[in-house]
Amino acid sequence: MTEKNLIKGQTGDWEVVIGLEVHAQVIAKAKLFSGADTSFGAEPNEQVSLVDAAMPGMLPVINKKALEQAVRTGLGIKAQINRFSVFDRKNYFYPDLPQGYQISQFSDPIVGEGEIIIDMEDGESRTVGITRIHLEQDAGKSVHDMDPRSTYVDLNRSGVTLMEIVSEPDLRSADEAAAYLTKLRAILRYLGTCDGNMEQGSMRCDANISVRKPGGDLGTRCEIKNVNSIRFAAQAIEYEARRQIEVIEGGGTIDQETRLFDANKGVTRSMRSKEEAHDYRYFPDPDLLPVNLSEEFVEEIRASLPELPDEKKDRFVAEFGLSAYDADVLVAERAIAEYFEEAADGQDAKTVANWVTSDLFGYLNKEGLEITDSPVAAKQLGALVGLISDSTISGRIARDVFAEMCASGKDPADIVEEKGLKQVSDSGELEGIVDEVIAKGAAQVEQYKSGNEKIIGWFVGQVMQATKGRANPQMVNEILRKKLAG
Amino acid sequence: MSVDKSTVARIATLARIKVPEEDIDALADELSKIVGWVEQLDEVDTEGVAPMASTAEGTVLRQRDDVVSDGDRRDDVLSNAPDTDKGYFAVPKVIE
Repeated sequence: MTEKNLIKGQTGDWEVVIGLEVHAQVIAKAKLFSGADTSFGAEPNEQVSLVDAAMPGMLPVINKKALEQAVRTGLGIKAQINRFSVFDRKNYFYPDLPQGYQISQFSDPIVGEGEIIIDMEDGESRTVGITRIHLEQDAGKSVHDMDPRSTYVDLNRSGVTLMEIVSEPDLRSADEAAAYLTKLRAILRYLGTCDGNMEQGSMRCDANISVRKPGGDLGTRCEIKNVNSIRFAAQAIEYEARRQIEVIEGGGTIDQETRLFDANKGVTRSMRSKEEAHDYRYFPDPDLLPVNLSEEFVEEIRASLPELPDEKKDRFVAEFGLSAYDADVLVAERAIAEYFEEAADGQDAKTVANWVTSDLFGYLNKEGLEITDSPVAAKQLGALVGLISDSTISGRIARDVFAEMCASGKDPADIVEEKGLKQVSDSGELEGIVDEVIAKGAAQVEQYKSGNEKIIGWFVGQVMQATKGRANPQMVNEILRKKLAG
Repeated sequence: MSVDKSTVARIATLARIKVPEEDIDALADELSKIVGWVEQLDEVDTEGVAPMASTAEGTVLRQRDDVVSDGDRRDDVLSNAPDTDKGYFAVPKVIE
């Protein structure tokens, strides 16, 4: 545990203990137990089968893809795959749950213990335990604001496959929780098992939060429900930890309860307390046999796993000599990593990494574009770096060329040709220009000679102005130093 | 095990069944008898036997391919609903 994670209270330092439950919508065309469509954005109740609507006599039949995706996710977090698992009924009543129970997995989930390595901003890494992953049905959607007297129910989501991914209470700060969610989302996207789109609700998070004196016994926890962005999760945890500390330091006690995060106000508040605690009365669903997976089924999926962010990061560091930080940034999304590798093919990888993470990201952020929408293709960015490496253009001119590439989508070599941006590396030509500049700057020459070496920047600037930035900077520096010394 | 009155009331609440106070005694008695009858199974020694998840041991869970083959039948889905509007089920306001 590191000091910086502790929260200062009036009675000393406090440690916050966080466990996260993530509901990730599994990528599949059809639902977990029916053949209805899962795509987002349909008209209400258009994607509902009679199974999803819980009509009497309908029987659930499991979608093979859901099993595959859960196993794939489990393998991606180096987890134990349970070849025997059971579907249970979790019983409760709510208008958007027509069955009166959710088909879920309780005592025998499909995936057991695994781990996720989180990468913090300061370059440190930590391992977070995963308790389990189980498959379950999503509920429908209740709309409370369309009518003053009624709640409207849309069952399109009812029966869509969710994976509930449960972490150990291993997280110690809002930042760590955010890093965990970011990493988990990256892994799911690499695996192609969940699109990780939190705004559309395909990844949702419940946070269990408690506070304690460092090293002390665990405190009573509160559960914050249904947080739908990584930023909100961090805010909710930060607020909730401070709230609990304030309550305890004020002489109060924490009640174990479910709370909601109000994103507008940035606070958590108690959900109306239930008359009694939930009693879900889990029991094996008699409509479904237990799941028995063959070793062959699991091994086939294992053999088809892509290179995942951690392995990719290690390879980028070893193969390209990138810093751990740069490698982290580049592997954060599969599309970015692929772009980088294509751009770096045959080029100086470190320079390419710098261009991707500074100039390209800067441009994309400003324009609100994803890497997949980049007007500059990976090969073109690689070619630009090639022009710098072989001294065709200077790094400074390259920035202008890059701006032009963003605007026009043209190849860098064509832009350099058209605009006459080729670097001046002809020593005779440069020497002539340097002579002129020295002749003009008698006062600056005097300063240089009296020991102000920094004034050389003025001369470089003048040469650059005279050549419209096209002079080879190294050569200019060399010639200047030689001539000024003489 | 005998089922007491508070357990009956609790089960009724969980099942969303309204049970009049005067019926509770009789129900407690009936439920106790049912549970007592099932409890005869406790006489069987199950030490070291894994809990059975299905009575169809040896039968394989039938699986479906990931193909959209159903849905697009809103009228069927809504046909039994007491109230609908704009393609939604309309239910009494749920306040949380």
